[in-house]
Amino acid sequence: MSSVIYNFISSYNYFVIIFLMISGLFIVVSRGNMVKKLVGLALFQTSVYILYISPGKILHGTAPILADGYSIYSSPFPHVLILTAIVVGIATLALGLSLVIRINEEFGTIEEDKLFDDELNNE
Amino acid sequence: MNEHAPALVAMLPIIGAVLIMLTRHNSLNWIIALLSGAGTTYYSIILYLHARSVGTISYSMGGWEPPVGIEYRIDELNSLLIALIAIVSFLILVYAKSSLCNELKKNKISTFYSMYLLCLGGLIGILSTGDAFNAFVFLEISSLATYVIISMGSDRRGLLAAYQYLIIGTIGATLYVIGVGLIFIITGSLNLYDISIKLGDIELYRPLLASLAFITVGIALKIALFPLHAWLPNAYAFAPSVGTAFLASTATKVAIYLLIKYLYLVYGFDLVYSNQIFIFVVLSLSIIAMFGASLIAIFQSNLKKLFAYSSVAQIGYITLGIGIANYNGLIGSTVHIINHSIIKAAIFLAIGCLVFSSKIVNIDQLAGLGKRMPMVALCITVSSLSLIGVPGTVGFISKWYLVLGSLEQGWWVVVFALAVSSILALIYVGRVIELIWFHAPVVGMDSENKIPFEMVAVTVLMTIATIYFGIDTRLTGDLAKIAVENVLLGEQL
Repeated sequence: MSSVIYNFISSYNYFVIIFLMISGLFIVVSRGNMVKKLVGLALFQTSVYILYISPGKILHGTAPILADGYSIYSSPFPHVLILTAIVVGIATLALGLSLVIRINEEFGTIEEDKLFDDELNNE
Repeated sequence: MNEHAPALVAMLPIIGAVLIMLTRHNSLNWIIALLSGAGTTYYSIILYLHARSVGTISYSMGGWEPPVGIEYRIDELNSLLIALIAIVSFLILVYAKSSLCNELKKNKISTFYSMYLLCLGGLIGILSTGDAFNAFVFLEISSLATYVIISMGSDRRGLLAAYQYLIIGTIGATLYVIGVGLIFIITGSLNLYDISIKLGDIELYRPLLASLAFITVGIALKIALFPLHAWLPNAYAFAPSVGTAFLASTATKVAIYLLIKYLYLVYGFDLVYSNQIFIFVVLSLSIIAMFGASLIAIFQSNLKKLFAYSSVAQIGYITLGIGIANYNGLIGSTVHIINHSIIKAAIFLAIGCLVFSSKIVNIDQLAGLGKRMPMVALCITVSSLSLIGVPGTVGFISKWYLVLGSLEQGWWVVVFALAVSSILALIYVGRVIELIWFHAPVVGMDSENKIPFEMVAVTVLMTIATIYFGIDTRLTGDLAKIAVENVLLGEQL
């Protein structure tokens, strides 16, 4: 029993990640409002950032800066990757929102169900 | 300069894209695009010849040694595809000028060229990089450029298609990153070659299979494998004609190569194909794609949508070869990547000519086209026929290898499925051909712009290629054979 609790506590960050991931994906699938969908998408992407950063942490490790008296450092590698991923995420979100603005100008609504029924599937 | 060719093929288009955005000059943008397209083509051919003579080339980006630095790993397979994509995109660029002037607002043309080159650079980057995370970044560069290209169509529904693709494409890319993250946690490396060595020592366990699943589904969204194809028909239908031809002939093919790379070069043949469920899923989805998408194509009235659904079906053929997974099956896949790229470029360029001359969107407007525009009509007919796989066209070569592959496995059901799906293709292509040649022209369709010479020339060139490579397979079949032998099945043979 104690090992179960130990396992849960030692990997609780992964439970948080999976919870965030699924809620983000759920918002994308379930909401019809285009802005809300993008919010869900951003949440989904953000959860992945934490997935990358989590394994980089080493117990008792400090920030990866050379200094006297410290010999254990956390891995800086995931942070570098995630900086890149954040930039990609921002670009995607910005492009998505600007598309929503253009859609609102052209069609006067950003409710997806109505738009897709009227426009895309109705030939 | 030649030793830097692996970096140059990806860099030249991106430099061109930046230059065009900076100058935004109406007559310069086409010339800059052409120049960087020509440069890319030149270096891609040099790269292929170099890879053929020395085997695998490892290029350290920025001088940082792999596995820590980013490695560009060029072999006979990806350099072949880089050359294919560079040549096809260059020809489409030659075609682009008049078509874009006709379909886009004047102030948007520079942006279009810039996005076109950015997307090209991203696609070539995916092909050449040997780093899992770098591949993700290039995937997103090309995807973001693609969303912009789709949204620029003259039909306002292009905006909806772009938004739809943005949501699905981002989910796909994020799933891919999750898979890469899991591999990174397992092996501590992002260099694909390094990962493949490290995975060889690891027992098969759940996180590894989970990463395989995430990466496969993530890339499958980009490939538009059948149940995940919802974005593709709208995106192709409402993008500008030049954009459609470009995307249809390059984007999905590159994603398929990425999948092949992961299955064969990273996870390895033994790990993936000892897994019966995986093969079953890939095979059944491919066969459903071949049937389902062809059936939907039969009932389409929008011309671009019809051929978009046909693309989904043809992608089914390519993944079928991956599922068959023997020598001939893989050659079938590789050849069909090349052949389908040529066929779809020819068809969508011909449709672009029709849009230019008389704004043809729907299939019933094709009636009597054979009398009005015989040249373009002939191009559509010939390239549609090679979509079915008529002997003497490129489609036949691909199907031949696929049939051989499935016969070797003893899978008669697959052979039967290939035959029946060809009949379905015959039905939707038959409708188009019947309207073009055997119907009287619609009255009141005479307001025609004269199609410029270069548009017709490129379309005809592509169409001739669909026949030429159907007869002389030295440049497609034989090169694909060498690539499969040396790269994918090096250890099995």
